[in-house]
Amino acid sequence: MKKYKDLSSFAKTNIKCYGIVILAFLVMYPLQSSGMISHSISGQLVPICTYVVMAISLNLTVGFLGELSLGHAGFMSVGAFSGVITAISLSAAVPSPTIRLIISIVVGGLFAGIAGLIIGIPVLRLKGDYLAIVTLAFGEIIKNIINCLYVGIDEKGLHFSMQSDAALGLSEMGRVIMKGPQGAVGITKTATFLSGIILILFALFVVLNLVNSKTGRAVTAIRDNRIAAESVGIGITRYKLTAFIISAMLAGMAGALYAQNLSAVAATKFDFNTSILILVFVVLGGMGNIFGSIIAATLLYMLPELLRGLADYRMLIYAIILIIVMVATNSTQSKQIIAKIKSSLRTRKSNGEGADL
Amino acid sequence: MTFISNLINGISLGSVYAIIALGYTMVYGIAKMLNFAHGDVIMIGAYMSFCATTYLNLPVPVAILIAMCVCTVLGIVIEGLAYKPLRRATSLAVLITAIGVSYFLQNIALIIWGSAPKTFSSVVPFGSLRLFNGGLIITAESVVTVLANIVIMISLAIFTKKSKMGKAMRAVSEDKDAAELMGINVNTTISVTFAIGSALAAIAGVLLCSAYPVLMPTTGSMPGIKAFTAAVFGGIGSIPGAMLGGILLGIIEIFSKSYISTQLSDAIVFGVLIVVLLVKPTGLLGKKIAEKV
Repeated sequence: MKKYKDLSSFAKTNIKCYGIVILAFLVMYPLQSSGMISHSISGQLVPICTYVVMAISLNLTVGFLGELSLGHAGFMSVGAFSGVITAISLSAAVPSPTIRLIISIVVGGLFAGIAGLIIGIPVLRLKGDYLAIVTLAFGEIIKNIINCLYVGIDEKGLHFSMQSDAALGLSEMGRVIMKGPQGAVGITKTATFLSGIILILFALFVVLNLVNSKTGRAVTAIRDNRIAAESVGIGITRYKLTAFIISAMLAGMAGALYAQNLSAVAATKFDFNTSILILVFVVLGGMGNIFGSIIAATLLYMLPELLRGLADYRMLIYAIILIIVMVATNSTQSKQIIAKIKSSLRTRKSNGEGADL
Repeated sequence: MTFISNLINGISLGSVYAIIALGYTMVYGIAKMLNFAHGDVIMIGAYMSFCATTYLNLPVPVAILIAMCVCTVLGIVIEGLAYKPLRRATSLAVLITAIGVSYFLQNIALIIWGSAPKTFSSVVPFGSLRLFNGGLIITAESVVTVLANIVIMISLAIFTKKSKMGKAMRAVSEDKDAAELMGINVNTTISVTFAIGSALAAIAGVLLCSAYPVLMPTTGSMPGIKAFTAAVFGGIGSIPGAMLGGILLGIIEIFSKSYISTQLSDAIVFGVLIVVLLVKPTGLLGKKIAEKV
């Protein structure tokens, strides 16, 4: 067997990413099922899983495609609500909750992917901050529309309305799924920690393999130098769109899982702040670094929970930590200090090796 | 008549957006950064004026002056502590830091003033203007807001055109390194830009809360996002663009509220923005930047 040191960087990343997720599962699952951990922590497991998937999927857009997206929660929202509608519509036809969860996650991913295509075609023509503002606008539009949307189901099928639940015209057997500003109500809780872990592994599988494929290399080439990439015959729009849609689909799947961990979810849950939260995970974890995204999403999601004892001060401390970490890792002075430490370590190492000979 | 009154309301709301958008656009033009904490400076300004009038019983002009001073100092401190060390960092790192600052300001306000909304009493002491036997009512707030906007725009235009500091600002926004070689102190120029932007934010906060008198720690976020949208709409980095973008955005918002749907007005505003950016990718008055190969 090859030594870990000799493996390609692709294999190393794979081992690290899959390893940490499986390890987390092996540690947390027995603790959860035996009731060793408190209720508040075990309630956080599925949300953490969904935010890890969100961070991985946004890293594909921000880290590898190099486009700033401020509306990623919009895709999560599309996935969440289409997933919930699917799950509730199928509750009679598909008795098994696991299969229903899988179908709803797939449907959530598909709808988010379609949203990604619709928004991606025009948006990816823009650059930099303008792309950011359009994704922001898109997230707000989705939130606003879902906030006015009423959906109900009866034996004739689904009914939609933008006015009120009375305007749905449901029969007596009917049931309202979405109530405008209240969002989706009466969701059966089917999401489990295991399903969350499987979704993370799936997202890792998709993203890691995509990044190491021909498509992935084309995408990073476009990020590094768009004009050079174009001149060697890479179809910019096609590859950008592919990465963007895959990112949107994964976000939709995470959204579908997230919603089915709750009994009711409103559109305001997926607002600008949620998009920003995910972006913070990606940037602090390191752009283009999937392993970093997993760690950052987990730690930063738990941070406010860990600071709960500080009551009102917890978000303040969160903000201060965020600013200090960003300034410490990105300012010119701190970069010089880090470089100095690294080079001194390196000289010591080479001196040590020299002494061995 | 409803059309005219809607138009006036739209211009008034748009004027507030325009004043906020100025802060975004000036900072973007000079420091090339999106200062997401700007919306929260508005909120701090409004709280300051609220405290000065309610708890200290100071007259309104003094209260506004205090709010402006506090916000100016706040802007300079934020810039010095959080943004200055990141002058050479990637724009995304600065963006996340700005978001950190925004959370910080919101939570400071939450701790000091609590989450319960405060009722802001209008700073304008006059009643509404009634024209055509009450057929058209113009609130004094909207008149004052529009006037304030015009005064700010004219003085800012003169400042950037004529004064030494204004010229330095334009030079820095054109080319930071060349400006430095010409003996312009880039750091001071950026600090002054933040100071002006924050002082304007204080005025905007007071005007916004006079028209919509609910004051909470999150009051600044949505107008902040809208004003940012307005700045991009008009072409970010351009001062007349911020004015045009802000006013158009206000008009579109009020019109879609009264003629199409109250709930969907935000979706319509952002939808228009997307369409404009697709037709004119650098905004209405934005400069087209030629790409070097």
